[in-house]
Amino acid sequence: MPAPTHVTSRRGLLLGTAAVSAGALLTGCTSNDTKDEKPASNDRPAADDKPGKHVTIGFAGPQADHGWLNAINDNAKNRAKKYADVTLEITEGSNDTAAQIGQIETLINKKVDVLVVLPADGKALTQVGLKAMRAGIPVVNLDRIFNSPQAYRCWIGGDNYGMGLSAGHYIGEQLKDKQGARVIELAGLDNLELTKQRTQGFDAALKNYPNIKKVARQAAEFTVESGQAKMSQLLQAQPKFDALWNHDDDQGVGALRAIDQAGRSDFLMVGGAGALSAFQAIEAGNSVLKATVLYPPTMAASAIDLARALGQGKGVGGLAEFEIPASLTLYSAVVDKDNVGQYMSTGFK
Amino acid sequence: MTQPVSPPRGSTGKVPPMGELPAWRTLGARADVRTLSLLGVLVALIVIGGITKPDEFLDTRNLQLVLTQASVIGVVTVGMTFVITSGGIDLSVGAIVALSSVWATTVATQEYGFAGILFTAVLVGVGCGLVNGLLIAYGGMVPFIATLAMLASARGLALQITDGRTQIVSVDAILNLGERDSYVLGVPPLVLVFAVVTVIGWLILNRTTFGRRTVAVGGNAEAARLAGIDVRRQRLYLYLLSGLCCGIAAFLLIILSGSGQNTNGNLYELDAIAAAIIGGTLLSGGRGTITGSVLGVLIFTTITNIFALNNLQSDVQQIAKGAIIVAAVLVQRRTASTT
Repeated sequence: MPAPTHVTSRRGLLLGTAAVSAGALLTGCTSNDTKDEKPASNDRPAADDKPGKHVTIGFAGPQADHGWLNAINDNAKNRAKKYADVTLEITEGSNDTAAQIGQIETLINKKVDVLVVLPADGKALTQVGLKAMRAGIPVVNLDRIFNSPQAYRCWIGGDNYGMGLSAGHYIGEQLKDKQGARVIELAGLDNLELTKQRTQGFDAALKNYPNIKKVARQAAEFTVESGQAKMSQLLQAQPKFDALWNHDDDQGVGALRAIDQAGRSDFLMVGGAGALSAFQAIEAGNSVLKATVLYPPTMAASAIDLARALGQGKGVGGLAEFEIPASLTLYSAVVDKDNVGQYMSTGFK
Repeated sequence: MTQPVSPPRGSTGKVPPMGELPAWRTLGARADVRTLSLLGVLVALIVIGGITKPDEFLDTRNLQLVLTQASVIGVVTVGMTFVITSGGIDLSVGAIVALSSVWATTVATQEYGFAGILFTAVLVGVGCGLVNGLLIAYGGMVPFIATLAMLASARGLALQITDGRTQIVSVDAILNLGERDSYVLGVPPLVLVFAVVTVIGWLILNRTTFGRRTVAVGGNAEAARLAGIDVRRQRLYLYLLSGLCCGIAAFLLIILSGSGQNTNGNLYELDAIAAAIIGGTLLSGGRGTITGSVLGVLIFTTITNIFALNNLQSDVQQIAKGAIIVAAVLVQRRTASTT
C-alpha cells in the first residue's frame, strides 16, 4: 500500500448528497451477509453482451505503485479485451496532477468516445473532467471523486464508510455473547479522508453492540513496514483484546508478522481491501486473520462495462432504466472462510 | 598509506600520534555534557513512560520491542553520522533501503536462500553508495543534489522491480531471526547487529585515521587537502559506508517485516538526519558523535513507543515529536556551548 508520497489510494469520497438518482445502488445495508448483488467478478458484464457499435475508451489512472492499483489496471485491460467492439487507450498513469492532466488531455485530443478516469487527486483533476464533458466526451469517474457532478456522467467506486460498517458488524456478531469484549483498530494513513470514513463506519457499527468497547486505535501508513511497527506497539499496549480490524491487507502483512513475532493468537483479526495474501490466509485458517472486508478493484472492470454501455447508448443489464446510473457505490462484502473460494480470483497481489 | 593530518578544530594544535586520539580530544570535553543532557532526556522519557503505563512500559518485552524498532533506523543513522560529520548529506538512505530490500526479496534472489538475500541486500546498498560517492567525490556534484537524484532513481527502480507488489519472504532461516526463539540471552538478533554496528562505528570515528580524516574533511576540506588527505577518496569511502549501512539496515528490515516492499524506508533520511543532529553532530560538518546519534534514535523510538502505549493519535504524535526535537536541541544549547 501507499506511503505518504505515493499515497492517496482509493479515494472514495461519496458524500451522501452525491448519491443521486434512481438506479443508484445504495449500500446502507447493515447486515453482513453477502447480498445477492452481482459480484463484479462474474463473467456477465453489466451491459448486455451483444456486440454493438464500436467504442474507443480512454483510461487514465494514477501510477500503479501498489497492489490495488495494479489490480485496477489489470481489471480494466482484461475487461476491455473481452469485447470485440471496444478499443482501450490506456495511459501510463501518474501521481503528479499536472502529468495526469496532460495524459487525459491527450486522450481528449484523440477524440476517444468515452473516458474512464481514476484521478490521483479527485479535487485537483475536476477541471479536466469538466473539459472532457464540455468536449462531448462522457466521463466515468472511478473511485476518487471529482469535485463537481458536472465533471462526470457516472461515478463508480468503493465505500469506505461501508467497509467500516461491514468490519464492525462482522466483529460485533462474532463477539455477541462475550461480556466486556475489547476491540482494537489498526487504521491506515490518518491524513486521508478515507481513513476517517472507515473509522466512522467502524465506530457506528460497534455502537450496536453494547458489550463491545474499542480500547485502542493506532494509524499505520498502508505499508508493510508501518503495519509491523504499529501492530507490535499495539500488542504491547493491549495485553488482552478480542478482535482487531486492520484497514488494509497490505499493511496487514506487517501486522500479521508482528502478531506472529509476539506469539499472540488469542483474538480474531479482520482485514480490509481484499488482497490475495489475505484470502489465502483466510482459506488456510491457520492464523488470526478470519475475514476481510472488500474494496474491490473489480470496479475498474465494471467501469469499462459502464463506459461501453455509455458509448452504445444502453442501460445496465438487469435494471429497468434505459440509461446507466449517475452513481454506483460498491458493496463492501465480508469475505470469510465460507465464501473465500468465490472471491479468490479477485484477490490482488 | 598514512599521511599526517591537520589537527582537528578545537584541539590544542598538537598533532597526536596516528590512530589513537582520545575521544575527548576530538569531541571536546563538553561533548560529555551534551551526552549527559541527551541521557537526561531519555531518562525523563522513561520516567514519563513508567508513570503513564507502568505495566506495559517497564517490561522486558517492551525493552526488546523498543530496541528492535530502533535497530533498522539506528544502523542507517550510524552511516549518516559519518557523512554529516564530513560536511555532506545523504538524502538517499530511505530509497537505498527500499531498493536493497526489494532486490533481495525477489523470487530469483530468494532461491539462493539466506546467503543470497544477505549478500544482495548489502551489495545493492554498497553499489548505490558507490554511485553516490563517485558522483560527489569525482563528479563534483553537490551531495544534496547527487543523493536527491539517487533517492528518485532508487525509489523508481524499486517500484519497477516490485511492480508495486509486496514480496513475501519464504526463507525460513530469515524469518526465524525475527522470532522470539532466536533471541540470544533475551537479546533479539536485530539488536545485536545494531549494537555491533554502533560499536564498530564508534571505534572507526574515534579511534582510527579514517575517523580523524572524516572530521578533518568536515571541519575544513581545503586545510585537510593541504595537510595531505586525499579528500576525494575519503568522500567516496564515506558515501560507500553510508550505502553499506543502508544495505545492512535493509537486511534487518527484511527480517523484521518478512517482506520487501518499494515503500520501505519511507522518510528514513529525515529521521536519520534528525537523530544525528539532536545527538550533537554538526550539520555543517567537523564534529560527529556516534553515541549522540544512537541516543537520538533511542529518544525518537521511545517517544513513539510511549505514544502508542498511551493510544495517542498520529496528529498528536507528530506535534509532540516536533516539540521534543526543539526542546532537545534547546536543552543542549543551554548545557553545552557549541564550538
